Amino acid sequence: MFGFILRRLAVAIPTLLLLIVVSFLLMHAAPGGPFTQERALPPQVLANLNAKYGLDDPLWRQMLNYIWGIVAHFDFGPSFVYPDRSVNQIIAAGFPVTLTYGAISFVLAVVVGVSLGVTAAIRQNSWLDYCAVGLSIGAQVLPNFVMAPILVLIFTLWLGWLPGGGWGGPAFWIMPVIAMSTSFMASIARITRSSMLEVLGSNHIRTARAKGLPESKVILRHGLKPALLPVISYLGPAFVTMITGSVVIDMYFSTGGIGRSFVDSALNRDYAVMMGITILVGALTILFNLIVDVLYAWIDPKIRY
Amino acid sequence: MSRLLLTSALCLGIAAPAFAVQPAEGEKLAENQSYTFWLLDAIKTADPQKNTDVEGSDIIRQLFEGLLNEDAKGAPIPGVATGFDLSDDKLTYTFHLRPDAKWSNGDPLTAKDFVYAWQRLANPETASEYAWFIELMNVENATAVVKGEKKPEELGVKATDDHTLEVKLTAPTPYFPKMVTHASTFPTPQKVIEAEGDNWTQPGKLVGNGAYVLTSHDLGVQISMDKNPNYWDAANVVMEHIKGLTVNDNNVALTRYQAGELDRVQIPAGQYPRLKQESPDQAISIPYSCTYGYLLNLSEKGPEALKDARVRQALSYGMQRDIVVNQILQGGQKPAYNWTHWAIEGFKMPEIDYAAWSQAERLEKAKALLAEAGYGPDNPLKLTLTYNTDENHKKIAVAAQQFYKALGVQLTLNNVEWKVHTDRMQSQDFEMARYAWCADYNEASTFLDFFRTTGMNYGKYSNAEFDKLMDQSKASADPNEQYTAAEKILAADMPIVPIYQYSKVDMIRDDIKGLSTENVMNDWYAKDIYRIAK
Repeated sequence: MFGFILRRLAVAIPTLLLLIVVSFLLMHAAPGGPFTQERALPPQVLANLNAKYGLDDPLWRQMLNYIWGIVAHFDFGPSFVYPDRSVNQIIAAGFPVTLTYGAISFVLAVVVGVSLGVTAAIRQNSWLDYCAVGLSIGAQVLPNFVMAPILVLIFTLWLGWLPGGGWGGPAFWIMPVIAMSTSFMASIARITRSSMLEVLGSNHIRTARAKGLPESKVILRHGLKPALLPVISYLGPAFVTMITGSVVIDMYFSTGGIGRSFVDSALNRDYAVMMGITILVGALTILFNLIVDVLYAWIDPKIRY
Repeated sequence: MSRLLLTSALCLGIAAPAFAVQPAEGEKLAENQSYTFWLLDAIKTADPQKNTDVEGSDIIRQLFEGLLNEDAKGAPIPGVATGFDLSDDKLTYTFHLRPDAKWSNGDPLTAKDFVYAWQRLANPETASEYAWFIELMNVENATAVVKGEKKPEELGVKATDDHTLEVKLTAPTPYFPKMVTHASTFPTPQKVIEAEGDNWTQPGKLVGNGAYVLTSHDLGVQISMDKNPNYWDAANVVMEHIKGLTVNDNNVALTRYQAGELDRVQIPAGQYPRLKQESPDQAISIPYSCTYGYLLNLSEKGPEALKDARVRQALSYGMQRDIVVNQILQGGQKPAYNWTHWAIEGFKMPEIDYAAWSQAERLEKAKALLAEAGYGPDNPLKLTLTYNTDENHKKIAVAAQQFYKALGVQLTLNNVEWKVHTDRMQSQDFEMARYAWCADYNEASTFLDFFRTTGMNYGKYSNAEFDKLMDQSKASADPNEQYTAAEKILAADMPIVPIYQYSKVDMIRDDIKGLSTENVMNDWYAKDIYRIAK
């Protein structure tokens, strides 16, 4: 197992490098640049700006400088659009926000989703099942860009219970968490339900029941554990998606998270911010895929690395 | 030297320094003097010389103060300077700075601080995206300094003593006083910038000379400011706290206004009539100095058809502006038949013949012009309109497609993202392109200079007569005569199809007073605002 983890981490480095090179090239291939404006800048001003940010170097040198900055100083460079902030500062300010509402959403989605899925499976074709399935389909088809303004309308305008946006204490977390978690919750419920149904029909469950185990033990110990395998493979990438935020949540609730910065940086051609967040998401994805693989082996003794 | 007075307000300013807007008779001030306004986007920076955004300027105008401010109508009034002299050759401005002006840390503010800021704006090392503004101001040696050919110290601005600032220009610039109300000309504290580097604009570090000091700034969330006790006119500033909240979606922002979280918000397109009916005291529509249109490419790379003035006129006559303004936008915008915004100070609207015609007459004329140019059912004119992603641009483009269909013109719509759109316009890679221009200062040349042969002029329009008029205007006693004549040339040559002139439609809470609703530049000063008790 330890060797497996080491091997995977060793592969992660070239993967990340490849990610950096490809994103860097794609980004520079897009028309326009960070200083393309409605009022074209006079050539000398543009030249000064390019010189200041090193954009007048050949692309390969820009890339090498960029990678060297990260490796040697953990410096992701200055933002091209926010002249008094560095990429490190922007991520340091935005990531804790998305991490907070993302992690809470994750816990909520897993607890509610798995419970719904299990309930639906053990009471298959009962009203409970129909309710759970109906609820999760409803939650999945309601996109968060529809849900977010509706939540603001209900909780801020009509009821006046919650602030309509911004970032601060728990009152500010509630609406982003609801908007973020519902569709994940729905997916988790559906995956859990179908996988649980499959497991409940298998031989070892019949054996467990035959030897007279109480139903709760049959479900929790012998049913749930194997049924969670497909859920866990879904959860790895889902967790990364959640904690790196969503442009919709950040936009509608003005949370200041990095989801919005990511999309903005692409539209503004803020090369450094975009690279910084791409690398963050990439590194987290690699890490959590590894964690998922390790969890697999722990849950299913048949899996060996 | 002739002593020039700006406006009567300036005399007032010298006689009685207190000219901040004050509660009117019978108005009782509210206990809570705080004002929360809406920001669409994150504030790029609070650095006057590095900012490029309108919303950034709104913040900087509270944290810093320039030589001159604007009154409720947008005319220049004393700021840090109590007045100025202009030399007889109209090339040297001497500003007299008030001796009681201070930085927010208590240090005295001197003419040297302006010299530093202006040199900093031009200095290539600063790499300011607004460095072109100092060139536009015609300050001596500005272009050479920006290019790096001369040292920043050689810029034509110097402090003759602590309270006198002398500016030398390369050409008479009648609108120069209006330009020094622009945020990029505001003073900046050399000591602080040199000590803190790029981080100097952070709360706790930022030192300004405006009526407010920065207390907190969360990028893309909020920015808060408190009254600055060291401001020279602090005794007359009523509003204690101001706060900008970023809400990226206009509809959500309106909901939050209705929930009481914001005191001012923009009204999303199409909702003005309903809100005006529901809350007539809160919904306002005021002229805003931008003009919207479809730029035509007359360059080598443009289509042959657009080189024919008759075709360009036909496209303009075929644009049904009333439908755009009354059915799509519905916010008090005005149909545009010319380029300069109608509400620009001093601008005299020329008599443009087709503005007076009925739409039926315009359509008839447009068809005749197209037929004359050789286009008809057998040989239909085909053009592509490029516009950047935006709900309103799309609606207008779809409508335009229908308008032109009536003329037999086949318009293909091409929607691209903003940076791609800009890039294509700047490289003349378009046929018709959606475009809008907003004034840099409250004077018509800010619009008209665009169409000079050497101007931004992405469609590469060129008319020697037009250029000559614009040259004459710089030395003219009343440049508005030349501007009116220049507009007539544009109306005949039609390098752009003007569509509408902006208005700003906002909801403002009715207990907020003192916000200017007549300044076409839409600049506002929190020091003039107060909240009355209900």
